[in-house]
Amino acid sequence: MDLGTRLLWGLGSIVAVVLESQDTLAWYAIALAYLIASVCFIFGLKLLSHPETARKGNFIAATGMAIAVLATLLAPGIRNHLWILIAIVIGSVIGTVIAKKVKMTAMPQMVSFFNGMGGACAALIGLIEFKELQYVNGVIVTSMGDVIGSSLLSGHTLAILGGILIGSVSFSGSIIAMGKLEGFVTEKSVRLPFQQGINALLLLVMLGIIGYTLTLEQPIFWLPLLLFVLALIYGVLFVLPIGGADMPVVISLLNSFTGLAAACGGFIYDNQVMLTGGILVGSAGTILTILMCRAMNRSLTNVILGAFGGGAAAAQEEGEKVVREISPSDAAILLAYARKVMIVPGYGLAVAQAQHTVHELEKLLEERGVEVLYAIHPVAGRMPGHMNVLLAEADVPYDKLLELEEANEQFPTTDVVLVIGANDVVNPAAKTDPSSPIYGMPILEVDKAKTVIVLKRSMRAGYAGIENELFYYPKTRMLFGDAKASLEQLIEEIKQL
Amino acid sequence: MQEILRFIGENIEMLYILILSVLVGIEVISKVPTILHTPLMSGANAIHGVVIVGAIIVMGHAPADNILVLLLGFVAVVLGTLNVVGGFVVTDRMLEMFKKKR
Repeated sequence: MDLGTRLLWGLGSIVAVVLESQDTLAWYAIALAYLIASVCFIFGLKLLSHPETARKGNFIAATGMAIAVLATLLAPGIRNHLWILIAIVIGSVIGTVIAKKVKMTAMPQMVSFFNGMGGACAALIGLIEFKELQYVNGVIVTSMGDVIGSSLLSGHTLAILGGILIGSVSFSGSIIAMGKLEGFVTEKSVRLPFQQGINALLLLVMLGIIGYTLTLEQPIFWLPLLLFVLALIYGVLFVLPIGGADMPVVISLLNSFTGLAAACGGFIYDNQVMLTGGILVGSAGTILTILMCRAMNRSLTNVILGAFGGGAAAAQEEGEKVVREISPSDAAILLAYARKVMIVPGYGLAVAQAQHTVHELEKLLEERGVEVLYAIHPVAGRMPGHMNVLLAEADVPYDKLLELEEANEQFPTTDVVLVIGANDVVNPAAKTDPSSPIYGMPILEVDKAKTVIVLKRSMRAGYAGIENELFYYPKTRMLFGDAKASLEQLIEEIKQL
Repeated sequence: MQEILRFIGENIEMLYILILSVLVGIEVISKVPTILHTPLMSGANAIHGVVIVGAIIVMGHAPADNILVLLLGFVAVVLGTLNVVGGFVVTDRMLEMFKKKR
């Protein structure tokens, strides 16, 4: 070897070492960025669970996400930056526009939609990663060039298939849930014959595909593709039988599914931030789902297998029962001369977009010296907290919003309860009728008050599809009509007093 | 059995992260007022948008001549971004309303 070659070789190896150490350093920096991002997620979630700090929490979580995305973009070995950035810009613009434009009442649908997008993203990642598995010289090599062994039996493959399965179920399920709330899919419970059997069979077949794929020595691409299609069908069949009223629980559950799908991605790439973020949402989402079910005093299985909206409940005896109507002017007098009024909002308020009108009524009554409070049932509306969000939009101070127990303590000393578009959450059958599907659910005990005025569009049953005995109670008065129109009439009448 | 042990041994750090994250998730959520259920769900929804990191990795490693992977990766990044950006913006809009009342 002559001197020149030696020199070149030496220089080359120095450059290689420097480059490599830079690469290593870069990886350390990225690992640190991921650590910071994960801490941001945890603190973000923590702050999100207190009213005072919630907004800051959301901001911190978003910052964490920005750090994670930026770090990934700057990671060694990443190419196609331009295309990635274009995709991010497209997603950001569309996401911001829909998120800003959507009406407050359509928030639950929106959450479901974005959740579905995340699920689809996870499923796509799984499909691509499976496609990229190479069979080279008797071993399986991943897209990253790692050898995973002599067969597909590995955590890597399992994570890929898991991501496809869970992501797809979450995607199609979320879109159906969104459809049920938006009205392009019937909100009624739709059941095929042998529905549960079909679902169980599908699930078994899918698990079978996963098991079989794991035993293969060479990847066969149509297997995960079949899994993808079956999982999409499963998602649809999973959500269709569940009635519109239970969609919040379903969305929350699918939310935690997507978290798990993201965590599968974390396993595929050995990526800590995906793992912590995904699992965090997976477990937090599960707890949230359970809390929601508990608020309705039902178990998750009961919600999923569906006891609501069934025909059995609707077939109750139709006796001779009298409904007492009240005119807006009489109702106005009752309200204006009461000492304490409790307002019980429900989905009807959201549909009629009457949150501002109800706030106006509240202010008017307060000016006359009437104490006005709101009683918020945990599952009023289509989503827990739905009513709080709506009323907050109308500037109702939230110390006026009472939760279930507080509200129930107040009813005995209340003169008038104004039920606006709520039904199941005030149905006494939950306490008195063991055969009722909502038996055992804690309700707002409005019948403890002196008078109950119910603003309702018609005598139709609520989302649970059950009769409400409350409407026939002697102390109950019905004011039929659109919630907003009725409230406006009440305001007019009170102003004239 | 050997396979399972090997899997656990090789992924022990990931398993620690997994278990601790599960516990943290449970701990953080268990004491949340009903009033915040919807924004919290929405916030959590935005956080699992972290799946976008995977989409970026897919696209970032796609060979320039592999149109199918590039295309699917592109779609995945768009969907992931929708989840992240839409999720955070919607959550912020909900929470903005809580703030105004003071």
